Amino acid sequence: MRAVIALPFVWLGVFFLLPFALVMAIALGTNAPDSVPPVALGFSPKSFALLFTDDLYLAAWLTSLRIAATSTVVTLLLGYPMAYAIARAVPRRRPLLLMLVILPFWTSFLIRVYAWMGLLADNGLLEQFLRWSGIAQNPPTIIGTEWAIHLGIVYAYLPFMVLPLYATLEKLDASLLEAAADLGARPFAAFLTITLPLSLPGIVAGCQLVFIPAVGEFVIPDLLGGTETLMIGKVLWDEFFTNGDWPLASAVAICLLVLLVGPISLFQRQQARSLEPRT
Amino acid sequence: MIRCARFAFTMLGLGYAFLYLPLALVMFYSFNESRLVTVWGGFSTKWWSALFANEAMLRAAWLSLRIAAVSATIAAIIGLAAGYALARTPSFFGRGLFGSMIIAPMVMPEVVMGISMLLLFVGAERLFGGPERGFLTITLAHATFSISFVAIVVQARLADFDRSLEEAAMDLGATPWVTFLTVTLPLIAPAVGSGWLLAFTLSLDDLILTQFVAGAQSQTLPMRVYSSVRLGVDPQINVLATVVVTVAACALILSGWLTRQKA
Repeated sequence: MRAVIALPFVWLGVFFLLPFALVMAIALGTNAPDSVPPVALGFSPKSFALLFTDDLYLAAWLTSLRIAATSTVVTLLLGYPMAYAIARAVPRRRPLLLMLVILPFWTSFLIRVYAWMGLLADNGLLEQFLRWSGIAQNPPTIIGTEWAIHLGIVYAYLPFMVLPLYATLEKLDASLLEAAADLGARPFAAFLTITLPLSLPGIVAGCQLVFIPAVGEFVIPDLLGGTETLMIGKVLWDEFFTNGDWPLASAVAICLLVLLVGPISLFQRQQARSLEPRT
Repeated sequence: MIRCARFAFTMLGLGYAFLYLPLALVMFYSFNESRLVTVWGGFSTKWWSALFANEAMLRAAWLSLRIAAVSATIAAIIGLAAGYALARTPSFFGRGLFGSMIIAPMVMPEVVMGISMLLLFVGAERLFGGPERGFLTITLAHATFSISFVAIVVQARLADFDRSLEEAAMDLGATPWVTFLTVTLPLIAPAVGSGWLLAFTLSLDDLILTQFVAGAQSQTLPMRVYSSVRLGVDPQINVLATVVVTVAACALILSGWLTRQKA
């Protein structure tokens, strides 16, 4: 048993945990463009300071959080009724309905984002459709705007929202709703007082699965967004690959980790512990 | 209740339309004669022959497939051990940390994991002079990322597992190791199989992690696709999308079939 634990423990320790110590070390170094790798080790908070004082980076943080938050809400509003419908469907049909939600997740993320490029492009299929159907004669170009980024995130992460929601809604005891109805609750009141609170764990899980990766998203803002929309994942990428500023990119990574993943995993452990039987 | 349900089912239909319409259009336009992806120029399979004659693309696809197969196999073995440890040992030193390390890769923004893995490999290169960045480093990175997914699938399967079968084997004198190989493993094999498939697809699709840890020489399929679509819509990518969606559908059906194989 000890070997069974040790193998994944050591693997993740070496390939997952240890690297973060290195990221921290590099983040405290300074940029040295002439050496390979382009870093001078040291103990300088310069990169972190820059992240929190420079308007560009502050704006990138705020934009990322804002776009991720609104996209998460839209994904929830679309995903909740979908999960609800699947959970209420005839049990025999549920696997197929669920599979239809999962399938896009198994196709390429990159290709699904790409699919929107042709749709949203200047004079693209969506514009042609809007003109043809007479909805709008001069539709605005969507690609390159924040609208396109929102759309991309909702589209790409919808399965991550539906699955945890379905998992909680499916387990919901139907007799609770019947009891509420017997006691005179209207269906909507029963939904608000019973279904919604009981599905809260699913809502929290789904929102986390969408929000966290969306904040650090790179592909969607890069392919669908414009140059003026800065998101922090793209900043990290550009600092690293375009500007070759490893310390700054590392500092961004540490901040994403400390400000985003840290609090949420603590919260998750708290949740898990409150569900576990006390020992 | 009826109105609630009707609304939900309407949304479900719209949701499916939203999920599938863009993919359907891409697949449809892979048979477009015109180079312009927004104009229908008649039926043609020329982009299909162009893609399958595209040497660089095929080489990238072959590299991706090899990386996916190897990394999924590593992830399946280590993920199996991790899932087993999580499901069967309620407490051991560092279990909290262990649990977090299993969950973290699934929620971490990929750019963060990308930069950290790269720095690890750069560090290793300085200390030990290797490994050279390429096939090996990409495979290691993908395996690390996929372990979590396999572990979760295996753990879920072990959670609703009839332990009396294992106990019976032990009572009859089987050692723990023999019990695992002859009783436990065959019963959870479908979960390991679908975990492997999941790891395989994740690896095949990964761009960000790969871009960080790949050297100058190796180019995987997503890297190739990315560098092509950055310049705009490309009919050959539509063909590739059609292939990918078809293969993914088959893989999913296979995986669904595997998980539904009740012992």
